[in-house]
Amino acid sequence: MSDPMRIRAAVVGDKTTVRALISHEMESGQRRDSAGKTVPAWHIQQISATHGGRTVMNAQWGPAVSKNPFVQFSFKGGKSGDDVSVTWIDNKGDKRTDTAKIA
Amino acid sequence: MQRREFINHGSTVMALAAAAGLIATPGLAQNAAGWNKGAFDAKNLNDVVKALGGTAATLSADVILSAPEIAENGNVVRMGVETKLAGSSMIALLVEKNPNALSASFDVIAGSDASFSTNVKMGQTSNVYALAKVGDKFFYSVKEVKVTLGGCGG
Repeated sequence: MSDPMRIRAAVVGDKTTVRALISHEMESGQRRDSAGKTVPAWHIQQISATHGGRTVMNAQWGPAVSKNPFVQFSFKGGKSGDDVSVTWIDNKGDKRTDTAKIA
Repeated sequence: MQRREFINHGSTVMALAAAAGLIATPGLAQNAAGWNKGAFDAKNLNDVVKALGGTAATLSADVILSAPEIAENGNVVRMGVETKLAGSSMIALLVEKNPNALSASFDVIAGSDASFSTNVKMGQTSNVYALAKVGDKFFYSVKEVKVTLGGCGG
């Protein structure tokens, strides 16, 4: 399994802005190793976020997203103290969910 | 001589075992549910639009792309995409000269802002597109980002 994500969520007015920093290689499938063999692509394909059982963000990513990806999004209806969960699935079937409280 | 043969033979067996192990690695070929392989394999804006079920994309000032003029490091380029078009269902980020154009696509969900930012890799100086889907039509905006140090290969 991979390292935990760092998730920061803050409410401003009626909007909750979430920033997540994910720990993932995001190997592009373009690089070659020292032996000249292509390093196979290994990247997050789907990432979603939920708040109170409702999906507030859902995205599909290709291998072009940077290593240790960053994502920022915002939604309405969050309150300070609520939980926000972020889940990703990569092309090897690995997945991870982390939860943070809205500040 | 016998020993030589044994070593040769042994290394072949090892190579075969390694190859078999590689093939057996779980999940190498699997895709997450809903991941649109056709769109992520496409090479340019038009092909991505077609893979997503459209015909052509129209330039629109209501699709907003925020990207730097110059990216010093192509490994990490911060980009933001936003759609102000009513009824948008999706907004995607494309880098034209990357091996595959589509970098990320975000669903537009009611109650959430249609505005996202993330970091992407860029192999070289290229046009970058924000592409929004409204019903079965597509709208885009474009900006050139100059890359001083590429983020692919190496």
